Amino acid sequence: MTARASHHADAAAAAVEVRGVSKIYDGGVEALNDIGLDFPEGQLTTLLGPSGCGKTTLLKIIAGLIAPTSGSVKVAGRKVTGPGPERAFVFQDFALMPWANVMRNVGFGLELRGVAKAERERVAQKYIAEVGLKGFEEAYPHALSGGMRQRVGLARALAVNAKVLLMDEPFSAVDEQTRRKFQEDLLRLVAQERKTFIFVTHSIEEAVYVSDRIVLLSKRPSRVSEIIVPAIDRGGDPEQIRRSQAYLDTVEAIWQGLKRYIE
Amino acid sequence: MTIGGFRVPLFASLVIWAILWEIAGRSGASFVIPPLSGIFARIVEIVPTPTFLAALAITAKTFAIGNAIAILVGIPIGVAMGRSELADRILLPWVNMFISAPLSALVPVIMVLFGLGETTIILTVVLFAIWIIVLDTRAGVRSIPPSLVEMARSFGASRLQAFSKIYIWAALPEILSGIRLGMIRAVKGVVIGQLLVSIVGFGRLFELYSSRFLMEHFWALLFVIFAFAFTLNEALAWLERRVEYYAASRT
Amino acid sequence: MATIAESSVSTRQPSAAQWLVKHPLVLRLASVAVVCAAWEYAGRVPISPAFPTFVETMAALWDMIRDGSLAKAFAITLEPLVIGLAASVVAGVGLGVLMGLNRFAEWLGAPLFIIAQAAPMAALIPIITFAYGIGLLAKVVTVCMMAMPVIVLNSLNAIRHTPTSLVEMGRSFQASRLDLITRIILPSAAPVIFAGLRLGAASGFIGVILAELLITPTGIGDIITYNQSIAEYPKMYAAIFAIIAVSILFIEALEWIELTLFRPEKRAAA
Repeated sequence: MTARASHHADAAAAAVEVRGVSKIYDGGVEALNDIGLDFPEGQLTTLLGPSGCGKTTLLKIIAGLIAPTSGSVKVAGRKVTGPGPERAFVFQDFALMPWANVMRNVGFGLELRGVAKAERERVAQKYIAEVGLKGFEEAYPHALSGGMRQRVGLARALAVNAKVLLMDEPFSAVDEQTRRKFQEDLLRLVAQERKTFIFVTHSIEEAVYVSDRIVLLSKRPSRVSEIIVPAIDRGGDPEQIRRSQAYLDTVEAIWQGLKRYIE
Repeated sequence: MTIGGFRVPLFASLVIWAILWEIAGRSGASFVIPPLSGIFARIVEIVPTPTFLAALAITAKTFAIGNAIAILVGIPIGVAMGRSELADRILLPWVNMFISAPLSALVPVIMVLFGLGETTIILTVVLFAIWIIVLDTRAGVRSIPPSLVEMARSFGASRLQAFSKIYIWAALPEILSGIRLGMIRAVKGVVIGQLLVSIVGFGRLFELYSSRFLMEHFWALLFVIFAFAFTLNEALAWLERRVEYYAASRT
Repeated sequence: MATIAESSVSTRQPSAAQWLVKHPLVLRLASVAVVCAAWEYAGRVPISPAFPTFVETMAALWDMIRDGSLAKAFAITLEPLVIGLAASVVAGVGLGVLMGLNRFAEWLGAPLFIIAQAAPMAALIPIITFAYGIGLLAKVVTVCMMAMPVIVLNSLNAIRHTPTSLVEMGRSFQASRLDLITRIILPSAAPVIFAGLRLGAASGFIGVILAELLITPTGIGDIITYNQSIAEYPKMYAAIFAIIAVSILFIEALEWIELTLFRPEKRAAA
């Protein structure tokens, strides 16, 4: 039913290694306490925990947006000192530039790297089509629905061809029906893109549905409380997953584990 | 306002006020209110005169230079205050003070320091316009969504790129509204400056017309200035709405 | 996340700057001291013969306070201001609320005030002198003319922008029209109306000073113009300093009155 893995027992090589990471904010709030984790290559790992735990902080430390108080992060064997081209971030509130159309938003990562206009538009075009926004290249963000905006954010992250995709509660600002569609699309994307995904969510159902591995974090100061590998067959029809016994049991097991953190 | 399902535009009511004015003017109730028709005839008469055009040229020049200085100095100060907590703490009390202080009291200071000329009027315009530009720019920079800043960093933007591709654009709606409000204040500044200096531009005409009790001339001049102020306000507001279309998606 | 972003930024600032940011009072005093020192220095250079030093100006201010001339001048200046502001508040809020509640009143009145707010009303002062002479009345009218447009328009907009859900809430509990206005619409509009009053007071000060400089020199305006004409600059600067200080204190006092009398929710938050 639910297999439990220890930290280093994965067969796949680690794309991201987190070693002894702690974070204490100015003012003394201790968000993370001695986190050690490996994120296997080509898999989707979810950081899940009670609200207010340091899951987004950990993701932003991996992204190089926040410096850890102690400890280190390595991506593909190299130490993280700041943001880098091998990682791309998908934001909770999409972080689209309202003054730029879809084409420019998607190509923005390439624009910053100095890629010529024709080339970056060709790449942007490809990923706009891939996330299903063909025909909206000239549209501005305000004309798009929440779900479509996040597709733009996703296409922008894909366009820079980073090995690691960091997703900070990417579907929390879209409605429930769009969200389910997104989750199914994400599964296809993981299977097809061979990238490493690190995904933050507060939804247990979402975590179980999309994840190869789920890292449960405890309440602040967060530690790794458990790593769960849902024994779900990803090969079949995505529609079937939500009805499978393994899915339902894993959701229930995680809920029993998290319940004690909720007052 | 709708009458029988027909939507009457807001400013149509001005026609009613105009008619009332004409009646009051013709009744001869007070010599300070000449008939409106007389005032409009006077506008047509004085606008093409060289005296008026010369006054207009000086007013336009001082207004434009003053605004340019206020914008060029005000925006960088506002950006600095928005980006640096220290600069903000030092400057904000002063900016807040000047934004609501009776700046007309400072015009005599400018007059004794810089004489009764164009410089004084330019500085008056700057003094009136700059504070709201600083304050709005600051607000614009402060309201840049943190995730946009993180987005720029995570995609590897340099400081210059982040500034030129993100910060300026994200703060643009507030900056533009600061410039608009600054210009409205600048119109008041240019008029107050000329009223007090009273030997330059429209100020000289105000003095001339009022000392000779030329009420129609005086009102004609006022109408031209009011129409300019109102048109400027509406034009800038229209421009602002065109640029602001994208701010709708802000959270 | 905003707090996180800010704190991570502040760690990159030098420690002295950080210390100053954490001690706002020290910073404020330092900033005032720097400006006073710069004024003193500029006066000593001197950048212009018409630019007295800070110490000279303060000494002149002290003299005028001691011999009572400043108090007498303020009594004269504040009279038209207070009368004019009181009239503007009553008439302005009344008109604004009326226009906010009644579409016809808005259609008839709003354009006049929109134009008055955008236009330099100061240019009307000579006409007011013709109509009302050079006495108190002319100055009161000047103050009203400067202060009223912003008070009216703020009240109008505040009433117009009452949250629909609040009004619907009131109607769903069968509130009468009067109840809706007094218990929901007016309280919800209060913050913006008060902001209008503060702006109106600021414009009123501009109006009274212009009236004293342009119509007949009385009160503070008299001190300014008289000392300007005899080149007694410290006294002139001191009078300007005093009127600006008083206007700022006046507006602060308005804010204090607003908080203590009318805004329980803000008091609770503070």
